[in-house]
Amino acid sequence: MNAPKELKLLDETDRRIIQATQAGLPLTARPYHTIAAQLGVEAAEVMHRMQRMLDLGIIRRIGAVPNHYALGYRANGMTVWDVADDQIDELGARVGRLDFVTHCYQRPRHLPDWPYNLFAMVHGRTREEVEEKARVIAVLLGAASRGDDILYSTRILKKTGLRIGA
Amino acid sequence: MDELDRALINTLQGGFPICEQPYAEVAARVGSDEAAVIAHIDSLLQRGLLSRFGPMYHAEQMGGALSLAAMQIPPDDYERVATVVNRQPEVAHNYERNHRLNMWFVLATETPEGQREAIARIEAEAGHPVYNMPKIREYFVELKLQV
Repeated sequence: MNAPKELKLLDETDRRIIQATQAGLPLTARPYHTIAAQLGVEAAEVMHRMQRMLDLGIIRRIGAVPNHYALGYRANGMTVWDVADDQIDELGARVGRLDFVTHCYQRPRHLPDWPYNLFAMVHGRTREEVEEKARVIAVLLGAASRGDDILYSTRILKKTGLRIGA
Repeated sequence: MDELDRALINTLQGGFPICEQPYAEVAARVGSDEAAVIAHIDSLLQRGLLSRFGPMYHAEQMGGALSLAAMQIPPDDYERVATVVNRQPEVAHNYERNHRLNMWFVLATETPEGQREAIARIEAEAGHPVYNMPKIREYFVELKLQV
């Protein structure tokens, strides 16, 4: 694979827009104008470039991230599954579509200590609620899942905003 | 939380518009006005009910690397290793979890090489192996928490 060609898709102005917005969008009536004024470019250009980054998937989405914990979802379970390799893509896509799954990834196993290759984050008000939702996933996966577990966070050791150098 | 708070959390999980006055457009969707929408988003952020509001950038698309990594740390060495892991600038989140692999952290680096360097540094300073679990595939999820 070549060096990430996406890098070339971003020029200096894009990177300045990323830096100016990665902590959040201004809460002003014309937020894109506010960014434009900060950077000394036209508002139309900021909007055009952000729309382009959205179309390219460099911006996943623009919106709000709810704080599940503060909203009462105190039991956050990382459900993990050992799914047959030849079925994981089809099943992973279906697990991701369940309305209570907020993240869904295929990750590498580390045998023999870690046999799980499908990770689905499930939020619930209680562990019982998480376990109930995990049973829905178990039914969906059926015999394709040869083992599973639920890991709960018992302590936050560090939590900082994700900042990506741009 | 009032009705507008709930409506904003339910509708703003994606699809915030790119236009001259996006908050006015959102206000039209939820049956409110621009100033109230701005004030309520501000308040939701201040109260910590929203952890972020704005564009979510895709690290890998920007050439960066994200990974989830885990370690198995004996209880009597746990606090020392937590200090080692937490002081690495590449570690964004770190959680204690109830499993034999009892420390789980997210590594965010500008390059894939940076990720390898951070892991090597953590292994050397902590004296325990790191199980690196970068995503192989991400399955699409709808953002749909309803409050």
